[in-house]
Amino acid sequence: MDRSEIEAKLVDLLVDELGLERDDITMEAKFEEDLDVDSLGVVELLMALEDNFDVKIPDEEAEKITTVGEAAELVSQKLNG
Amino acid sequence: MSETQERVALVTGGSRGIGRAVAELLAVRGHHVAVNYVSNQDAAEEVVAAIEGVGGIATAVQADVGDEAAVAGLVENVESTLGPVAVLINNAGITRDDLILRMKPDAWDQVIATNLRSVYLCSKAVMRGMLRARWGRIVSLSSVAGVYGNAGQANYSAAKAGIIGLTKALSKEVGSRGITVNAVAPGFIATDMTAALGEAAADAVVDKITLGRLGSPQEVAAAVGYLASDDASYITGQTIVVDGGLTL
Repeated sequence: MDRSEIEAKLVDLLVDELGLERDDITMEAKFEEDLDVDSLGVVELLMALEDNFDVKIPDEEAEKITTVGEAAELVSQKLNG
Repeated sequence: MSETQERVALVTGGSRGIGRAVAELLAVRGHHVAVNYVSNQDAAEEVVAAIEGVGGIATAVQADVGDEAAVAGLVENVESTLGPVAVLINNAGITRDDLILRMKPDAWDQVIATNLRSVYLCSKAVMRGMLRARWGRIVSLSSVAGVYGNAGQANYSAAKAGIIGLTKALSKEVGSRGITVNAVAPGFIATDMTAALGEAAADAVVDKITLGRLGSPQEVAAAVGYLASDDASYITGQTIVVDGGLTL
């Protein structure tokens, strides 16, 4: 899966799972500050990423995620090594 | 009471006493009950047989709930065989009573591990499933010892008071996701744990109980079962004291 596919699927998840507005989502957007996703919401997003991309995201790596782009990058690393 | 529900319920320390009564009540309500035990497999199998005897569904699952790896294995096992845990009853508990002057660190550590650390470990282990479901019930057994303190039970009282704080904090963390977290604090209930105190001690306590008698495990289970039901959807972070008026 290439980066643009990952990003598109990630945006879909943010809309479907966290109820975000599609127009607000950019790769630079910070979850907590810009998108008003609370810390539990970020945990839920990572769970959704694990389920939908079939990857394992360890807590230590999950804690570092602050922006949408970082989440996409992490998934990309997990999928493509 | 609510209609029958085929939810998966995990009851820690479910082989006897209050845990057994809760397991039986939840099974009657239609839940698939995982009856956790640490050492007494026969007693756990007996609970399972009793539940199956009245048409319920139950499985006995061994694990020391104070141990991180054991809890991870326990929840994995239950979730792969029965499904995600929707109702968690943190009931497992032990006593190692002594005056603090004589209390060995081991007696402190074991009681904190089995009675309090277990609540953290089990709640954490089932949380992903509850978040996914956007529904969950966690009910933990505290004690009047945790509310008022019992001489000779500094370790037990600390653990049981800790459960009340954990309950309040966790309820705030997950309340927005349809998960409620509550505690029940029993007084003197007729179980193996209180029988160990001896008849003289029980008689002395009964004099102080407003209702004039010890409680039964079923009377505690009724409160636990209520908090675990849909009916209790607007109650969270609370500790319900079930002590026959002992601490009024």
